[in-house]
Amino acid sequence: MSQATEQRPMVLDIQGLSKNFGGRLTTQGYEGGLWAVRDFDMTVAEGELVGLIGPNGAGKTTVFNMISGLISVTGGDVNFQGQSLVGKRPHAITQSGIGRTFQNIRLFPQLTVLDNVRIALHPHAGYGVLHSVWQGSRFARCERDLTEKAQDLLAIFDLEDRQDEIGSSLPYGEQRRLEIARALAGEPDLLLLDEPAAGMNPQEVHALMDLIQFIREKFDLTIVLIEHQMRVVMGICEWITVMDFGQVIARGTADDVSSNPKVIEAYLGRQGKRG
Amino acid sequence: MDRRRLRFLGQSWLFWVAVVLIFLVAQWVLIPRLTEFRRTAWVMFPSIMAIICLGLNLIYGFNGQFSLGQWGFYAIGSYASAILTYRYAERFTYPIQGITIDVPTVLQRLVPLAQVDLFRFDAGQSLFLFGAVLLGALLAAAISAVFGYAVLLRLGSDYFGIATLGFTIIVQVLLINSDQVIPETKGARGMVGIPQMTSFFWAFFFLVLTIVVIRNVLYSSVGRAVISVREDELAAKAMGIDTIRYKTTAFVIGSFFAGIAGALYAHLYAFLSPIYFGFVKSFDPMIIIVFGGLGNMTGTLLATFLWAITLEGMRIWLPQGFEAWRFVVYPIVLLLVMLLRPQGLLGKLELGFLRPPKWPQRAKAKAEAPSADARRETPEVREAIQ
Repeated sequence: MSQATEQRPMVLDIQGLSKNFGGRLTTQGYEGGLWAVRDFDMTVAEGELVGLIGPNGAGKTTVFNMISGLISVTGGDVNFQGQSLVGKRPHAITQSGIGRTFQNIRLFPQLTVLDNVRIALHPHAGYGVLHSVWQGSRFARCERDLTEKAQDLLAIFDLEDRQDEIGSSLPYGEQRRLEIARALAGEPDLLLLDEPAAGMNPQEVHALMDLIQFIREKFDLTIVLIEHQMRVVMGICEWITVMDFGQVIARGTADDVSSNPKVIEAYLGRQGKRG
Repeated sequence: MDRRRLRFLGQSWLFWVAVVLIFLVAQWVLIPRLTEFRRTAWVMFPSIMAIICLGLNLIYGFNGQFSLGQWGFYAIGSYASAILTYRYAERFTYPIQGITIDVPTVLQRLVPLAQVDLFRFDAGQSLFLFGAVLLGALLAAAISAVFGYAVLLRLGSDYFGIATLGFTIIVQVLLINSDQVIPETKGARGMVGIPQMTSFFWAFFFLVLTIVVIRNVLYSSVGRAVISVREDELAAKAMGIDTIRYKTTAFVIGSFFAGIAGALYAHLYAFLSPIYFGFVKSFDPMIIIVFGGLGNMTGTLLATFLWAITLEGMRIWLPQGFEAWRFVVYPIVLLLVMLLRPQGLLGKLELGFLRPPKWPQRAKAKAEAPSADARRETPEVREAIQ
């Protein structure tokens, strides 16, 4: 990439990442099956806002799931701040500083807004089972700190008066904000946003982009954003990687990518090949 | 939280005063009015059942793990403690003289006794029972930790249910053949001669302990981690929750209380038979917690007592010669409850101190972050629409 980014330390370095579903492992590697992601490379420097785009089914979410450890990696390596994440369990990856949201909002549906955020703060709770049984002064102090931290976060996202409402009863836009607040509770350095603009109208998308810019500065974050509508990410992402059929087909700035013939083909299709 | 008030196990002194009052009323007003049979079947046995059900509710209702293995841990707790008391309890005896109080004639209508014994008990035996119950429960918890870690790591929820059912069956088969190793259990013939030491005091004591401990765990960060696994396991993992650890935690705590319940059961009827620990009976706690509402502690307590009183009460209420119809009426009642109240008797309603503690809300300040709703129209938005 450009010289400006080379001076900043790499936060995320993905090399040759691959995922095969349903294939048979032979001595020559995997036979058959579906390569959801194949030889995917991406580097993200500190403080960048990078877009990962591609048509539906291109393998974008699979990449996210492999980074956050929710599915196993078939091949390749993911390096986060100099440490390999491959083979680590998801909670350990999250605790090492990666927060994420989901494409189809996954709140804890029956719990209150406050508890949704407090669960994400649990790794920093500072007390164990026996403290919680006895409920002594340490429990009281830690629980108060934890709750205040959660309330601070909710206040930033304008949700503090919703704290006792059930998460799934909030309107859609507030659920999105709550999910982002929850992802930020673990104090991540890298935030993975999986189609945050899904199901939003143009006004809402616009406001969401403002919100993403805001949290990026406020929490000093590096952000990777998945989107399948290209228009959405053009405005705010510094770098864009385009995927199709599990492989990278283009990368560069918004202008480079949008004029790339391969990208236009992936999105609009070529006559006689795809509709 | 205000820490100046006196607290014990996190509860205010008012709570403990209420517990002591309930105990005294039950001990001197309710218990003497009941026959021996009803005392056992309507008060003590359901108290013991409530302990195992609250433990199972933690595992299935709050953690979402379908476990039929609690009956196995119940069996382990009962046999382990029964063997201890059978062998050694006689050696520990230290009777305490106590005080006998004559009940004034005015009060005799309320307390149906002429005399009330205060502090008259065998301290040695009581302490030994307490120790035996804890040891039985710890054994159950230790086995559940090994089993839970070995099985939970590898199996999803449905398979976990089958595996735990298998565990209950294995325990029963081991108990049937246990007399080859431990002759006192007498294998399939059933263990007799266990000292009948479970008094109302101990049943009540352990029930209150169970309620307070499970409530305290649930309304803490640990409990929220446990509940998050039920709510959305994948999201919990992505939020940094070690799901295997909290599944094991809930399973071990639940099994510990199953062990306590088993140990109390062993000393209630003074007779243990492997037939009672078969897998058909293992569905009883499951039925009770579904009946009371999954993830509802008040409901579990209510349902346990209703279940026991109805089932045993029907012996009396049904006409002579129709006692066997209990098991026709009982499933019909269950069916009706499931049809009319699929969310359980109480649904989400918790009573008293079992309600989740609420934190005061902040005063509404001006939000820092831009609203993602964007109901207001800015010039940029108008541009974007066009």
